Amino acid sequence: MEALPLDEKINDLKVVLKVEDFQQLLDALIRRDYQVVGPTLKEGAVVYDSLTRVSQLPAGWTDEQQAGHYSLKKRSDQAYFGYGVGPQSWKKFLFPPRITLWKQKSPGEAPEPAELPQDAPRYAFLGVRACELKAITLQDQVFLTGPFIDPIYQARREKVFIVAVNCGQAGANCFCASVGSGPQVTQGYDLALTEVTAAPEAYFLVEVGSQAGQTLLNEVTHRPATGKEVAEARQVVERAASEMSKSLATADLKDFLYTNYENPYWAEVAGRCLACANCTLVCPTCFCTSPEDVSDLTGQVTEHRRRWDSCFSLDFSYLHGGSVRPSRQSRYRQWLTHKLGTWQDQFGEIGCVGCGRCITWCPVGIDLTTEIRALRQAAATLTAGTETNPKSDER
Amino acid sequence: MSAEVVVNVPVQARLLEKRRESPDTFTLTLESPPSISGGKFFFAPGQFNMLGVPGLGEVPISISGDPANPKKLVHTVRAVGNITEAITATHPGACLTVRGPFGAGWPVDQTRTGSKEIIVVAGGVGLPPLRPAIYHFLANPALYPVVTLLYGARNPLDLVFKRELEQWTKRSRMRVEITVDRAGSSGWLGRVGVVTNLIGQVKFNPDRVTALVCGPEIMLRYTLMELEKRGVGPANIYVSMERNMQCGTRFCGHCQWGPYFICKDGPVFRYDHIKDWFSLQEI
Ligand SMILES: Cc1cc2nc3c(=O)[nH]c(=O)nc-3n(C[C@H](O)[C@H](O)[C@H](O)COP(=O)(O)OP(=O)(O)OC[C@H]3O[C@@H](n4cnc5c(N)ncnc54)[C@H](O)[C@@H]3O)c2cc1C
Ligand code: SF4
Ligand code: SF4
Repeated sequence: MEALPLDEKINDLKVVLKVEDFQQLLDALIRRDYQVVGPTLKEGAVVYDSLTRVSQLPAGWTDEQQAGHYSLKKRSDQAYFGYGVGPQSWKKFLFPPRITLWKQKSPGEAPEPAELPQDAPRYAFLGVRACELKAITLQDQVFLTGPFIDPIYQARREKVFIVAVNCGQAGANCFCASVGSGPQVTQGYDLALTEVTAAPEAYFLVEVGSQAGQTLLNEVTHRPATGKEVAEARQVVERAASEMSKSLATADLKDFLYTNYENPYWAEVAGRCLACANCTLVCPTCFCTSPEDVSDLTGQVTEHRRRWDSCFSLDFSYLHGGSVRPSRQSRYRQWLTHKLGTWQDQFGEIGCVGCGRCITWCPVGIDLTTEIRALRQAAATLTAGTETNPKSDER
Repeated sequence: MSAEVVVNVPVQARLLEKRRESPDTFTLTLESPPSISGGKFFFAPGQFNMLGVPGLGEVPISISGDPANPKKLVHTVRAVGNITEAITATHPGACLTVRGPFGAGWPVDQTRTGSKEIIVVAGGVGLPPLRPAIYHFLANPALYPVVTLLYGARNPLDLVFKRELEQWTKRSRMRVEITVDRAGSSGWLGRVGVVTNLIGQVKFNPDRVTALVCGPEIMLRYTLMELEKRGVGPANIYVSMERNMQCGTRFCGHCQWGPYFICKDGPVFRYDHIKDWFSLQEI
């Protein structure tokens, strides 16, 4: 992302990119030394991987998501982006699951960074959804706002080029609208695409979000959009918004969670939760890690690595003598209360973007929006008659 | 630490001297490395470093030396597991890795304008993190005219800084009260009982006192109760908290405690800020 301020003209610019010219966009990115990563099919799911051809995108496929369920099926058209978010998120590129932080060549030598900022990969993300853009800005707050800055994240983040995509359909587990993160892409992109498939001829409506986006677009065949095309594209996003059936009421969520540490319903969820950590690994905002220190066979060369970790593991809170959160109940409570409550005190907003991944990929189908509703109900039952009931959720 | 610092990599520091404090606790004097932000190493009382053994890992250890003498970096480490055992087994001349200093320390500035009495309550290896503050108080008699140290350990052998405790008792203006949970067969002639008992026994003015507390969590709980019983306001009590900590830079997530990251918002907290969280279990 280039941080140049945009003049109004660029900001308003909407052009049409024909589907047959789409490959030019990838070619232009590759010419500029970007490693293009985007959605592709692997092992029965849409995952993010390196791409050089638009034919590697999952054109003509869509997904079906339910709590604890994900499957692919064919679409009636050849849409390139006609599915929701899969198990992976862009955090795997900006915040790698496993990375070496420093190395020591021999016991007497000073530790050195394993990667210098200039050697960090230069990614172009193709197909970033609105909720995912929001997730990136949430991780920006974690890694870039001090008191310390993570150089691994910073180097990747500064170089990345973002091609966003507006969603044309909402998955059954999506609730981005209620947490204010989507489905419309509004900022933080270099280029934003809306895929219009219904028209006689499919096309992308392209919006420019940065100087870098403008420069790149100049290398790709395009033409100004007509008013009709702009309106058609708007309908695409409006459809996604209107399809969304899940929601999470966030207004009083922090206060609610802060006063509900002892809510008896936590035990009920804990009875179902396997503490498998899937939810934390698929979540695009979760950022916890643990170190791994290794040495070669001679014990001369040592490395300090870090890998994603999860607050669901017993070791995570280990202090000499035992874990601080031995019960599964306390670990589920920690996860949800952090995501939706304490995150607000830490970073100023909630740590959930409503992507629904944790719902889809939970092996037992635990749905945080349902659990919050149930917690509220349990709290209301407890206080019924004594205090004013907590505001009940919509639906 | 307010400036934004881009850092991930520790520096090496040579071990100059190792002194045994108790059967499992050692004070390590390291040659001071450059600070994390590049310049000379300096620290505030109560701050900690990530001390590491290459190939094995890092652990948070408070700085126990004199802030007025930052040329020597002093830590006091109790060997309780893998890494602390390796750290304390290191021989003088060899190097450890250091990242830091991290965290918010003791209120050595706030108390300057506030209360005129200081009471320090330490349990076990809770004394080392408090020692830099004690040095600071003793070096500034005009600001801190009345200083009391209450120190307790499980048994006489576990008391750290024995020589210094004797010096403080005999030759400093600090009032020192030491107690052990069990005297055993050590020939101990001092007090026996938990350190929290002392709070009810020593004289201080609850309206003018600032209390600094560090020790095992169970000891913290009882100490806070006793201090409140004596009428010390929660805004005049400071406690050092301990949680699993893997990075010191608020990225790893392990040290979260309610809304706080103990490595950044703590380890030292003013009690009134954390009172609600302190009463919750398993958070
Ligand atoms: C802010 C702070 C200051 C500290 N200051 C001192 C000090 O001055 N002197 C001293 O002897 N000890 C201090 N400790 C405790 C010290 O960090 C632990 O004893 C040490 O981490 C144990 O590591 P281990 O590998 O030897 O033990 P193990 O029991 O094998 O622990 C395994 C891992 O769990 C984690 N862990 C276990 N216990 C603790 C703990 N109490 N705190 C944080 N992480 C833990 C560590 O990552 C450790 O590597 C401090 C802890 C904190 C949080
Ligand atoms: S908590 Fe669940 S819905 Fe929210 S951002 Fe994380 S994975 Fe998505
Ligand atoms: S909520 Fe579901 S995904 Fe998360 S740890 Fe529990 S069982 Fe696993």
